[in-house]
Amino acid sequence: MRTIDQTTDEILNLAATHFKFPRANLQPADDFYKKLGIDSLQALELLTRLENHFGVELPDYEVQGVSDFRTLATRIQARL
Amino acid sequence: MDGRKVPTLAEPARMGHPADAKAERMDEFKGKTLSWRLEGGAVELALDRAPANEIGLDLLEDLERFVSSLPALESKASALILYSKQQAGFSAGADLRELYEQAQKMDAPSAAKGVREFLDRIHAVLNRLDTSPLTTIAAVHGVCFGGGFELALVCDLIVADKMARFCFPELRLGLIPGFGGIPRLKRDVGNAVVRDLLLTGRSINATKGLSAGLVSQVAAEGEALRLARATAAQTAKFDRTTASAAKRFIKPLPAEELRREIDIFCELFARPAVMEGLRKFVENAGPHPYLP
Repeated sequence: MRTIDQTTDEILNLAATHFKFPRANLQPADDFYKKLGIDSLQALELLTRLENHFGVELPDYEVQGVSDFRTLATRIQARL
Repeated sequence: MDGRKVPTLAEPARMGHPADAKAERMDEFKGKTLSWRLEGGAVELALDRAPANEIGLDLLEDLERFVSSLPALESKASALILYSKQQAGFSAGADLRELYEQAQKMDAPSAAKGVREFLDRIHAVLNRLDTSPLTTIAAVHGVCFGGGFELALVCDLIVADKMARFCFPELRLGLIPGFGGIPRLKRDVGNAVVRDLLLTGRSINATKGLSAGLVSQVAAEGEALRLARATAAQTAKFDRTTASAAKRFIKPLPAEELRREIDIFCELFARPAVMEGLRKFVENAGPHPYLP
């Protein structure tokens, strides 16, 4: 079972890799829309990558209004 | 300008465009929003309208042109592949901005009439694709939402890129899917899956689509079209008369439910709350403008 910190770390790694952003500059409390400069379509893409990576389903309404990595991790953690 | 009358929701363009006669004879065509070509026994129809193949009057008109050329193509092919050249995905669905802007130009009864005419036209196109004797394959990547999802659902098989997402977001606007999505999805998967997608408006990925019976194959990223072509090549091995008979037997058109869906959509569309929902969607400049 992953810890919330491990889950958060994996999300940050995945986001950094996919959006070609320096991993060291990403923090759990960051607003990923602002930090990565992504729009809603790219956020959907991130959602799909996270679902595929963690093997979970993340209904859109679960992540609606979520914009920081840490909260995103708690949503995923609840389904692991 | 070519002197043609610009179509509106209330006064849609009809077949008879000067290019139609030419299109009917062509194995290859490039329109404003799509192109097609006959390649190795398969017709490939590529949607290509930026940013995400929103289905408005232009795309509808090109689809009508394609359907008018289908009889000639069907005599030379065994399969039809639908795919998108747009990076964002297969299709984000109906062009809600165009719908809103057109509706704003007219009074409510005229807007309602225009919407019904649009739906009648898109249903005619989708029903024709649905019942084509060819084996039809949607190669889906990225967003496959609303009307785009409904377009994919006319196909016999859906090959989905692992990054594809399927969604019926219409309830967020106070509407139901209007391009035949509910009866077609119900035809393909369990009613519980239809209710889940319809009543929550959530999107699902390709893997979930596979387990639900919606998707027939999941492809690696960027590989959906290649897999669809391989599948089309497999269908070419079979006798066309037999394959067409099998398809007619197993995939009846849910005609009555399709007609009922148009009626329900139009009843819901007439409410002021829908126009308000469309206005909010069109005017939303925030980070989540894509989903209504």
